[in-house]
Amino acid sequence: MAKKTLNIVESAYRAVMEEQDDTILWLLAAMQGAGAQHSVVLRGNAVNYAVAGQGAPGLTIGAWKQTLAPRMDKDVLDLIEKRKIPVFVIEEDLAVRGIERGELVPGVQLLSSKMLPKRMAEYEIVLHW
Amino acid sequence: MSQKTFAVALMNPPYESENLTTAFRILAAMAQRGHKISVFTYEGASALAFAKQAPHPNPVHGKNLAEENHPTTKDQVAALLALAAKNGGKVDWVNCGMCVDERGVGEFVADTRRGSPADFHSFCEAADNVLAIPVK
Repeated sequence: MAKKTLNIVESAYRAVMEEQDDTILWLLAAMQGAGAQHSVVLRGNAVNYAVAGQGAPGLTIGAWKQTLAPRMDKDVLDLIEKRKIPVFVIEEDLAVRGIERGELVPGVQLLSSKMLPKRMAEYEIVLHW
Repeated sequence: MSQKTFAVALMNPPYESENLTTAFRILAAMAQRGHKISVFTYEGASALAFAKQAPHPNPVHGKNLAEENHPTTKDQVAALLALAAKNGGKVDWVNCGMCVDERGVGEFVADTRRGSPADFHSFCEAADNVLAIPVK
């Protein structure tokens, strides 16, 4: 049985255009495929990953066009629905950014920052990205 | 619109931040308007034009090589040079020599060259305006 790992993702939108995804969410999805048992907490600016309907146009430089620009909301949905990775979002970080619960993709779970230490205690490994 | 000369310093390495996407959007806008652009790539940015960069498929995305069409900065550099030339401008893309030696990235895409901080000094002296996008 793999060790239960809680991943607190705070760094957000770092190189997502070049990588066409978030490198940490990608890493967790790939590790899950190898048998890892992950959960994700989005905090800080990373809570915005859970906002539905986001996306930036791909980069275009003359004849060169990016054809698969990142869609972070779809990547979060992929974690939840396809990988069965629980995704939590810190409520207070949503609130200070004016993001309503109804704006989030389905399946994300709200978590109060006050409850985070208790949640962390449920895991054998806690990683802060 | 009259042709201007811009000097630009870049520092971020590929695949580490959004700074380069912003930089390439600005550079493309300059090239689209036919301006002359001098780019000095310093530290990690000296790998932007590294010729051995290769795209990859993405099993997590469920995409093969063609579907993923993974961006490489060497292709973006080449596209920038072509765009400038097409619109009557020119890009002088200089890779800091000591920086590429440190990183082993001394093989560049065509029409970019090895240089030194003296090149950036020259670029600044000749430029109508200078933009530095540093690592923060």
